[in-house]
Amino acid sequence: MKKELFTDFLIKYAEIGIKGRNRYMFEDALVARIKSALSHVDGEFRVYKTPGRIFVSADSEFDFDEVVDALGHVFGIVGICPIVRLKKETPEALFENVVSYMHDMYGTELVAEGETGAKSVAIMKEAGLNAEKPEDAMKDENFGKIKWQEVLPSIERSEKDCKRFKIFARRESKNFALDSMELNVEVGEAVLNNFTGLKVDVHHPEMIIYVEIRDYIYLYSEIIPGPGGMPVGTGGHAMLLLSGGIDSPVAGYMIAKRGVTIDAVYFHAPPYTSERALQKVVDLAKIISKYTGPINMHVINFTDIQLAIYEKCPHDELTIIMRRYMMRIAEHLCEQSGGSALITGESVGQVASQTLASLVCTNEVCNLPVLRPLIAFDKQDIVEISEKIGTYETSILPYEDCCTIFVAKHPVTKPLRHVIEKHEHNLDEVIDGLLEQAYATDRVIEIR
Amino acid sequence: MEIYLDNSATTRVLPEVAELMTKVMCEDYGNPSSMHHKGVEAEKYIKQAKEIFSKILKCEEKNIYFTSGGTECDNLAIIGAAQSMKRRGMHLVTTKIEHPAVLNTMKYLEGEGFEVTYLPVDEMGVVSLEDVKKAVRKDTILISVMHTNNEIGSVQPIAEIGKIVKEINPEIIFHVDAVQGFGKAVIQPKKMNIDLLSVSSHKIHGPKGMGMLYVSDKIRLKPITYGGGQQGGLRNGTENVPGITGMALAAKMIYENFDEDMERLYALKERLIKGALALGDVSVNGVKEDLSNIRETAPHIVSLSFAGTRAEVLLHSLEDKEIYVSAGSACSTHKPEPSATLKAIGLDKSLLDCTLRFSMSGHTTEEEIDLTIKALGEILPMLRRFVRK
Repeated sequence: MKKELFTDFLIKYAEIGIKGRNRYMFEDALVARIKSALSHVDGEFRVYKTPGRIFVSADSEFDFDEVVDALGHVFGIVGICPIVRLKKETPEALFENVVSYMHDMYGTELVAEGETGAKSVAIMKEAGLNAEKPEDAMKDENFGKIKWQEVLPSIERSEKDCKRFKIFARRESKNFALDSMELNVEVGEAVLNNFTGLKVDVHHPEMIIYVEIRDYIYLYSEIIPGPGGMPVGTGGHAMLLLSGGIDSPVAGYMIAKRGVTIDAVYFHAPPYTSERALQKVVDLAKIISKYTGPINMHVINFTDIQLAIYEKCPHDELTIIMRRYMMRIAEHLCEQSGGSALITGESVGQVASQTLASLVCTNEVCNLPVLRPLIAFDKQDIVEISEKIGTYETSILPYEDCCTIFVAKHPVTKPLRHVIEKHEHNLDEVIDGLLEQAYATDRVIEIR
Repeated sequence: MEIYLDNSATTRVLPEVAELMTKVMCEDYGNPSSMHHKGVEAEKYIKQAKEIFSKILKCEEKNIYFTSGGTECDNLAIIGAAQSMKRRGMHLVTTKIEHPAVLNTMKYLEGEGFEVTYLPVDEMGVVSLEDVKKAVRKDTILISVMHTNNEIGSVQPIAEIGKIVKEINPEIIFHVDAVQGFGKAVIQPKKMNIDLLSVSSHKIHGPKGMGMLYVSDKIRLKPITYGGGQQGGLRNGTENVPGITGMALAAKMIYENFDEDMERLYALKERLIKGALALGDVSVNGVKEDLSNIRETAPHIVSLSFAGTRAEVLLHSLEDKEIYVSAGSACSTHKPEPSATLKAIGLDKSLLDCTLRFSMSGHTTEEEIDLTIKALGEILPMLRRFVRK
């Protein structure tokens, strides 16, 4: 692909196209998210919508890959089409431009290899070379004499090797000589005349060349897949229980992909966990914030609650009871920030505290829905997403989130609600004070 | 008050050093290879630095080379010597308790076809001369022994090893990693039969990214990097003039009140060990419980094991009180493997993860030691209440 050809991008979005009368809200949110993603990219960009379309136009030099990477982080985008913007001139000029675009993009791909055709013999003669010695054409001193774009199309290619294509033209503004149907036919013909490796197939094309006549003429044929989902900001707000592991960042990513803005809470237990463990979680939040937009990350000092549970509750129930308090605290913070759900990275049976029996015990302490996007995922599938979104390398750094002192060698896997509740009552005298203290330690780190 | 007891990881740069370096960076910034005045001026700084080191080491200026740090010194010394001597033999000798800069270099050479013997140490972390004798073979070309161990502060009998090795075969090259020993001991390469000596700047209140390698006249090293032919072509690349200047000043200053400083440090070491042992369930590594061998160990490093705690948690608890220490060796805490040195001295398995290193500098005070002991006294009973079940 010749990246320097492109000046504009057409943004394709699927799901938000069907949102009825709310549609403008989704589109506006998408435009806003695209603008904010591009604000980190060098260059001047305009982002605007026309009916059914969102465009990004560059008003300055820019780095193609950087723009595509930024757009690739915006939920709601299903495809990014790099566009060549042409001035509106005569139809003939358009044909020429389309052909030269095709050459630049696919040149060698769309012309068959094989014997030189009659036309190339003529062209070699015209250049003053001996047509019997085609190798002369490759000599340095003859370079530039031959117009290869005229030679190559004449090379024959068998029918079955041809790539199926169609022209998809739309004349949105009517001040152009040809209408949409005529454009399809005539541009198609111009292409066929120049590329032996192509044949028309309007029903099952492998390649579609889009020609849109607007104030300018937009020409594109490639679609780079976007992340899909819904623009962040259209789906409400939730609180992610974030740790330094592999799962929770992925869980946050997945819910944000459905348009939900997220905040996060991390439970810090100094001196049992280190500053590096906290920094690791901040780094993870930073990585997913490229997708999710800004995250307010609450850091709660959890040490005293952990120690109290250790001292007063059965050791094998430590993790369950600890998680119950984490859920309670997260719910409290979530409600404070106007959120309506919690997000965890739990997956059935992954560890003792994530068996169904354990989930019953940790789920019942809060009223808000707990979103568990990874609940039916295998570890390997979660790892694959984390690699894709770039959190994996950070997640596997060795700094522990939870000191092994607080992890029982043999934790319960089938906890009973009433038993857990009963043992939790051992904390009755101290827990209110400890929770209050914990809330007082709440430190919000703005990740953006 | 901040109490920094992690001076074996790195030290604070002396203000005089920083000031001089700023001057060299901002005013006398020439390239010593330049032909004009600016270059001559810069070259002078290097000459002065060499002079300082040659005085300290009782050697000549031409024996002094500057590198990017202790690790590069060890690499250049060991790889450079091995490569230039390999026609004579492919056998190297070192100890089990070397710094990774030596151990991993040896591992690399094993991959290149060399054979390496790793000498054991006794429970005080010292190699036996008998073992050295036994290890040396006909095809031995190099022996590398650290002066002072970075984790427990044991000091090797360098002069004796040098003597024995040269008696067996004067052609064997003797390399000493003195990154922890320089500035805390008198080291004279010629007298001690040392051919190669590695020194690091940031352990003696100099800047990071600087090292000094002593190379005796007798040997030729093969360079490990190639370039513009600086430093006799052994260590190519424009000299780090501000770094060299800063390191040399730091070296000069650390030996200025040497005897006095050593007395003070040994007294502090004794105070710290005694105070810690009195807390109960604490043991000291590399020093006998009756402290009878304390003078044979480094004056600044104290390794203590606190039964029933986790080193990392204890470290962070001390950090909470602004006391900074190290768990094992700072360079290796990223890898949660037990320390090779602690294993080599036969430390009980249960204590491997309970061991902290306290390392002092000439600036450490009695008050700081007392506060540290007091803090330990407060923290230990707390931490020991919480153990994994």
